[in-house]
Amino acid sequence: MIAALAFYIFAAILIASAVMVVTSRNPVHSVLFLILAFFNASALFLMAGAEFLAMILVIVYVGAVAVLFLFVVMMLDIDFAQLRQGFQRYAPLGAVIGAILFLELLFVYGSWQFAPDAATLRMNAVPADPTVTNTEALGRLVYTDYIYLFQISGLILLVAMIGAIVLTLRDKPANSKRQDIGTQIARAEAVPLAKVPAGAGLGTLGIIRRKLPEPPKPKAVAQDDHGHGGHHGGHH
Amino acid sequence: MEAFLASPIGVLIITVLQTLAMLVPLLIAVAYMTYAERKIMAAMQMRVGPNMVGPLGLLQPFADAAKMLLKETIIPSGANRALFILGPVLTFILAMIAWAVIPVNEGWAIADINVGILYLFAISSLGVYGIIIAGWASNSKYAFLGALRSAAQMVSYEVSMGFVIVTVLLCVGSLNLTEIVLAQKTVWFFIPLFPMFIIFFISTLAETNRPPFDLAEGESELVAGFMVEYSSMTYALFFLGEYANMFLMSAMTTTLFLGGWLPPMDIAPFNWLPGPIWFILKVCLCMFTFVWVRATFPRYRYDQLMRLGWKVFLPFSLVWLVLTAAVLKLAGWLPA
Repeated sequence: MIAALAFYIFAAILIASAVMVVTSRNPVHSVLFLILAFFNASALFLMAGAEFLAMILVIVYVGAVAVLFLFVVMMLDIDFAQLRQGFQRYAPLGAVIGAILFLELLFVYGSWQFAPDAATLRMNAVPADPTVTNTEALGRLVYTDYIYLFQISGLILLVAMIGAIVLTLRDKPANSKRQDIGTQIARAEAVPLAKVPAGAGLGTLGIIRRKLPEPPKPKAVAQDDHGHGGHHGGHH
Repeated sequence: MEAFLASPIGVLIITVLQTLAMLVPLLIAVAYMTYAERKIMAAMQMRVGPNMVGPLGLLQPFADAAKMLLKETIIPSGANRALFILGPVLTFILAMIAWAVIPVNEGWAIADINVGILYLFAISSLGVYGIIIAGWASNSKYAFLGALRSAAQMVSYEVSMGFVIVTVLLCVGSLNLTEIVLAQKTVWFFIPLFPMFIIFFISTLAETNRPPFDLAEGESELVAGFMVEYSSMTYALFFLGEYANMFLMSAMTTTLFLGGWLPPMDIAPFNWLPGPIWFILKVCLCMFTFVWVRATFPRYRYDQLMRLGWKVFLPFSLVWLVLTAAVLKLAGWLPA
């Protein structure tokens, strides 16, 4: 009873926030609704007993991906009037594309065949052995039974990552200044760290301060300016 | 009585009482942490610190709280009202709900769930939303810059934190926090995994926006960063959330590396103290280190912070993870 009620509440909020993602005018609100949708999906996973998937959904999508989304969207300067300008003109084209995609989906669904043991597999969503936790069962499946498929998908992602880096990598201009901590610390003339005895000063330690460049001589001032008199004792 | 406690209402009452038993001491600890921080920093800088309100200044936190409560809540006219309020509320709530899974003693967690450490990691990775929402909703340049810095920083340090957690999990073989602590009966994990312990601690500093990684609020450049527009209770919620987060991170460090509620050795003088006392002592040690670091180190420059996260911690923790896995496998120490 309570479980069913909770399921319908989460599902309703999930669908409502998914609708709000598409319809809300402010893109930042869209992303925040997307996050709400992720949370409710995660709650549904929890109710189905898939605790590991629920947590991973929050960590990966809410904790990392959506943060970057929000990061980008907040920095965009979107002109809503301009966005809405071509709506009339592009609406038919969009509708046609949507219709084609929908038809294709219908074709796929028409020729859909379930694997013969799909029904029994679906019944075993939770591991049959109650001593094995959800996480462990999932780990066995991904890292033991289907390790090659898992590795291949990893390789595909790696290729995509390298591609993205290659596309955006630019050589830094030759005159750009970079910090190299190693050389900076290894400098001979670096300021030494000294433990100074109280009241004795640096002189007793044999550490002499690096010579500072001569300060530029103050220009002869025709009129004695009272504003900065205090610092140049010699003038008075 | 037994039957009533097992009924849904009884379970609800017990859960509420357990939650209060966790949160009330936590909030008192947060209040006194602000006092302790000021006293410790004062001692390190040869000052006296707060000493006017009550004996030794011990009532200072309550005076501060009363001041916060009585001030006017100002919402800037250009701000997004709903999100402006949501930011601090979210920060505070997230800092509280994570405590549901922390085991203070064997079987003393409110919810001893199978994926406890993942839950903690998920909640701590959500902390950035309070900051980023506050920064955006304030409609102020300083606040926005602080929020952007914080978002980039937290995402960067979470990656290496994840690897550190995976390394610990390899040694335990379970995601349950109680089992993580029990696996440290022979040796606390900070000894075999010492470099990871250091990386984890520094990452928690970055994750809680504490000095030397407090660029999100760096007062020398951004005034107060993401909380520049906040006043009175909305500010107090940020403040409480930040300190509760520090406690949470200390509790996480304690659970993962310092053996949770376990005494250093299971022999006479040590095991006289009950487990929760050991847990609190270890958390206090971590908290002291938080303050110690704040009093000692200057703030990082932003590019150096990013380099430390991506170019030093990430490769190092990845290599150490592979090494740990290899050693466990070759020595046959992998948990079943």
